[in-house]
Amino acid sequence: MIWFQIERLWNYWPVLLKGLGMTVSLSLLSLVAGMIVGLIFALARTSGNRWLSGICGFYIDLFRGTPFLVQVFICFFILPAVGIELSAFSAGVLALSNLSACFIGEIIAAGINAVPRGQNEAAIASGFTHSQKLRLIILPQALQIVRPTLVGQFILLVKDSSVVSAIGIMDLTRSGWMIVQNIPNGLLVFGVVGLGYLIVCYPMIYLSRRMERGTQSPIL
Amino acid sequence: MLGNLNIRVISEYLPDLWEGFLNTLMLSAAGFTGAFIIGIIACGLSIQPVRWLRGVGVAYIDLIRSTPLLAQLYFLYFGLPRLGVLLPEFTIGIIALALNSGAYIAEIIRSGILSIPRGQFEAALSSGFTYVQRMRLIVLPQAIRPTISPLIGQAIVLVKDSSLLSLISVVELTRVGQKIALDRFMPVEGLVATAVGFLVIYYLLKALAASWSHFNRTNSQ
Repeated sequence: MIWFQIERLWNYWPVLLKGLGMTVSLSLLSLVAGMIVGLIFALARTSGNRWLSGICGFYIDLFRGTPFLVQVFICFFILPAVGIELSAFSAGVLALSNLSACFIGEIIAAGINAVPRGQNEAAIASGFTHSQKLRLIILPQALQIVRPTLVGQFILLVKDSSVVSAIGIMDLTRSGWMIVQNIPNGLLVFGVVGLGYLIVCYPMIYLSRRMERGTQSPIL
Repeated sequence: MLGNLNIRVISEYLPDLWEGFLNTLMLSAAGFTGAFIIGIIACGLSIQPVRWLRGVGVAYIDLIRSTPLLAQLYFLYFGLPRLGVLLPEFTIGIIALALNSGAYIAEIIRSGILSIPRGQFEAALSSGFTYVQRMRLIVLPQAIRPTISPLIGQAIVLVKDSSLLSLISVVELTRVGQKIALDRFMPVEGLVATAVGFLVIYYLLKALAASWSHFNRTNSQ
């Protein structure tokens, strides 16, 4: 019985592989978009302008405070009501990019605030313009500080991408959900699905752990 | 978009929304309690000296952390009946939430323990404390303080994650919102009501985190 099911599951490998490809491309697209928008959010949050920072903070809170599933539904069901027709794929990418931008924005803002004050003052005293100061002095150090946290955020992004399967995008989780209707063995099917995610995520977990090790004293 | 929000429909469904809200709270509270217990056990396993037990703890944490909750949820939902374990969706949901957050809580507690200066261990060791005494009297009391904020953060994540249980037809806030969307063809009303419910919980937990860090700052000086 189990061998029969494994044999049948083996026939589905193109579906699973395509699902994995979809998961990876969803994550990569949202990662790039999320980094760019997140950087803008972070600069707005640390600009010193109270209004800009407050509005940005409220926007970020809205998305950090609601479940991602609800956000996906909002992109897919509510945006068409205001005249923005999106395919399931673009709605998924939009929701994912927006979510990661909110988290990455807060992470980078924390990094910018963690750069020692003297660096800022030294840059001003050396006659750097505002954009030079950010580009050459503040941001490189801020990104260095938050590197392990950012990698952790990328891992979360890959895993969050599974939620967009709820609006019918054929990612890895959705593929598994389809296959389990034909092969009624959830342990086997979702074991394989989990393995797919493991292949993508585990190297990043390993990487973030190695990065963190530099900053901690090993005790136990 | 929000200008023509149909408040009457939302107020009509208010009892359902309230029930969904309470169910979300209950699922989250049960899930977090389970996750806390699992987290302590998994953390204990991953830092104790016996090698193969440590392997078990680390494997659990890594497996959970590198797969999405939705896949874990489907694994249990479609997989448990296969093992002859027939549980209601509500229970499966709580188990999935607890198993998932347990791994993250284990990591939080572990980093709390790792933040204790090395000298504390050595002092305890040279004072002749046993492993259990060392943990109970020296390590854990100091490890708890830095874990409170991340634990509240994990509680926020767990509450939001509980919305995924709507996909295995557990009746909670998101599910009620979907019901409004489907019964009345009013996705905006349903989703806005759901989002507001979650935001209430989010802001309460955020306020809790803020007051803890205030309390912590004033008391550690």
